[in-house]
Amino acid sequence: MKTRIVPMASCAAFTLLAITVAHAEDGYDAQGDWPSPMAEHYAWAAGFDRLEYLFPGKGVEEALLWDFEAWYGGDHNRVYLKSEGENVQGDGAGAEFEALDLRYSRLISDFWELQGGVGYQGNVGSNDHPERFYGVIGLQGTAPYLIETSLDLKVSEDGDAWVQLEAEHDVRLTQHLYLQPRAELVASGSDVEEFHLGSGLNSLNGGLRLRYEITRKIAPYVGAYWEKSYGDTADMARTHGEPTENTGLVAGIRILF
Amino acid sequence: MTAKNITDLSLSRRQLLKGGAALGLGAATLRLAPAWADPWGQSNAYPQGMVEGNDIALAIRRETLAINGRNTRPITINGTSPGPLIRMREGQNATLRITNLLDEPTSIHWHGLILPPQVDGAPGISFAGIAPGETFTYRFPVVQNGTYWYHSHSGLQEQLGHAGPIVIDAAEREPFRYDREHVVMLTDWTYEEPAAIFRNLKTAEGYYNFQERTVTDFLADMRENGFRETARSRAMWAQMRMSSRDIADVTGSTYTYLVNGQAPEQNWTALFKPGERLRLRFINGSAMTYFDVRIPGLRMTVVAADGQPVQPVPVDEFRIAIAETYDVIVTPEADMAYTVFAESMDRSGFARATLAPRLGMEAGVPERRRIADRGMEAMGAHGGMDHSDMAGMDPSSLAGMDHSSMAGMDHSSMTGMDHSSMAGMDHSSMAGMDHSSMAGMDHTNMAGMDHSDMQDDTSPGASEGDLLPAGDAQPGSQYDQAGIGIDPDERRILVYRDLKAFRPWPDRREPEREMEIHLTGNMERYMWSFDGKKFSEVNGPIHFRKDERLRLILVNDTMMEHPIHLHGMWMELENGAGELIPRKHTINVKPGERVSALITADAEGSWAFHCHLLYHMDAGMFRVVKVS
Repeated sequence: MKTRIVPMASCAAFTLLAITVAHAEDGYDAQGDWPSPMAEHYAWAAGFDRLEYLFPGKGVEEALLWDFEAWYGGDHNRVYLKSEGENVQGDGAGAEFEALDLRYSRLISDFWELQGGVGYQGNVGSNDHPERFYGVIGLQGTAPYLIETSLDLKVSEDGDAWVQLEAEHDVRLTQHLYLQPRAELVASGSDVEEFHLGSGLNSLNGGLRLRYEITRKIAPYVGAYWEKSYGDTADMARTHGEPTENTGLVAGIRILF
Repeated sequence: MTAKNITDLSLSRRQLLKGGAALGLGAATLRLAPAWADPWGQSNAYPQGMVEGNDIALAIRRETLAINGRNTRPITINGTSPGPLIRMREGQNATLRITNLLDEPTSIHWHGLILPPQVDGAPGISFAGIAPGETFTYRFPVVQNGTYWYHSHSGLQEQLGHAGPIVIDAAEREPFRYDREHVVMLTDWTYEEPAAIFRNLKTAEGYYNFQERTVTDFLADMRENGFRETARSRAMWAQMRMSSRDIADVTGSTYTYLVNGQAPEQNWTALFKPGERLRLRFINGSAMTYFDVRIPGLRMTVVAADGQPVQPVPVDEFRIAIAETYDVIVTPEADMAYTVFAESMDRSGFARATLAPRLGMEAGVPERRRIADRGMEAMGAHGGMDHSDMAGMDPSSLAGMDHSSMAGMDHSSMTGMDHSSMAGMDHSSMAGMDHSSMAGMDHTNMAGMDHSDMQDDTSPGASEGDLLPAGDAQPGSQYDQAGIGIDPDERRILVYRDLKAFRPWPDRREPEREMEIHLTGNMERYMWSFDGKKFSEVNGPIHFRKDERLRLILVNDTMMEHPIHLHGMWMELENGAGELIPRKHTINVKPGERVSALITADAEGSWAFHCHLLYHMDAGMFRVVKVS
């Protein structure tokens, strides 16, 4: 119970920050019933950064993978809905959510936003999958050399902590054709048997995608990836008869709404 | 082009023909004398219609209209977009009745006109705006002459074509002569909704830029400059997380650039008789586009800037910032056509018109230049001192050095320099210096351009004490530089340094105090502001004391140009011309530049002060100035 309080409290603090956004007073000759000369704008964005079909190597089933993100808000404060997961083909089970997060985000410098919120890992549709709730604190932004970065620290209701780091970069081949290397790292602070995760470095994932922007909002791509699990995580995979290393191809589309 | 468009085109041509035939007659009715008998010989072939007199009525509506042959829904004024030419006479009392037939509030701001605040037309500051169905009457004395324009000051309506030209005839003889005149109003039209454009900029900065650097550019640069130099320059930009090709936020990928409402293919044509002196009144009425204007084969003589007469400057090309106006005189001698070519600053498109003795004639359309990289605009353009051996030098101990006579210095190859500790240096007269291509410079603290912490005070910094003499150029100004993407060696380009008032302005007082305002932004989130705060984040207006003589210093901390406009009062641009400094309603400030203007704060009331890039203004680069 105690462990649950920490992430919840941090979320509450962020929510308070979001509410206390000051509004300026006019202070000039305008009459009370006049409109403001400039309206404050709120925007939203939503889209699948990745919506792809995986053609993996031996021992792994084909799968449909998604990486979705939506936000609404102003320049400094935003609310995010993020979701990542996959639906393994032919396993008869529903889609697995690796993450389904609701976050509050605040711009803390030109290129970085600090995020905090709650998330869920598991399967929304059935009960035969392990699941857990967690609190998350994240740093998202553009690192020097134009590397899109997100770093998340997650703490589950059982007190398990783990970090996820994602980084990607667009190499512009033409005005519409992009080559995108991306890397993903997961490390855990403890053994979490039900998710087959051991403490220490869990896995590394590297990918290379070639994307063609038909428009800014619709961009199909093809690519390849390589992933490997390490340490106790690798041991657990071996115990369950799963491969510890895998290379595959992907075909997908990036869609922005 | 569809059959319908051809009809449209021929219709407008017929109107033009009519206009052409009446070139004398039109002037005759205006002046009650035959044109040939009028030494001024004025006439106008503005194709969108003209309204004039003491009582002018305009109706604003949103309706379907063909622009470049494609049906779309602009905001029209008396049925056209851009709206009709409003022609007035200096000394008259203007009565302009505006009827709003939109389903949202609207307004018209008379850009550049000196008038009482309640008829300035900025909603929420000087009046309530014009509600749907309402007719609002603007009444004011016309106290000036020249070329101006009008536009909506409500939301993003300006992008929907809610704008038009104003010509005010002088009460007394102007200091230049001409036989015939034409209005050339440049605009940028998009078939997208303005709100969608704004959202695209907010959610994906660079959305409209299809001229970014690619691997191919890198290889080409490598062949030219070597791997080390190319990699270093690229790394600098990547390290700052910015694009050297960020010249325009909204580009030809969505814009069709228009002259008097006509697309390049429609080729709006203005007529002349060979040997005549033509006055062309250029107005940049666009929402987001800087244009570079030239007429191949003709030298233009600039005679007025922002409606105010200047000493004649012969040029081959001029850059016109959003909201500026320039009047030029050309004298086409030959019986041939000339192309008026107005390239967007980022080279993603162009507007085009033709000057010809007869309709149907055309001249060649020049090739567009290639997009330039930020930081490369004047590379190698400056002779004089060569510092090419200064690579690796550490000027950290140069504090206190006086560079006052280093005009024309070329720093283009000062690689690896660290300026971080150069405090106290005096750069005051380093005119002509180009630091733009100092590869390897350590600008780490400039990344992101958000200088929000620079001024915690809500009111801009003001100082009183030892000030530069009136008319002197500020250290950091670049009045003699043409700007990004222009090669001054290629042809004679108008620069701000060239602008000299025809005669000194009435108020000759020295400034009593200075006020410094920083132009700030965060490209990544498309945030734009003054002194790091957008309009919704500031408390209260900027204060000018009634009748004070004030120096307004504008410091551009961003890597974009900003055309800054003050309502209600003139800004006398201190471009170093001493008592002949020009006065302007809109001042373009280049990236990194520091400029100043003298202001006589004689207009009591509240006034808008903002960047005239429409989406910058809407994002918050806007303040209220209160004179009291």
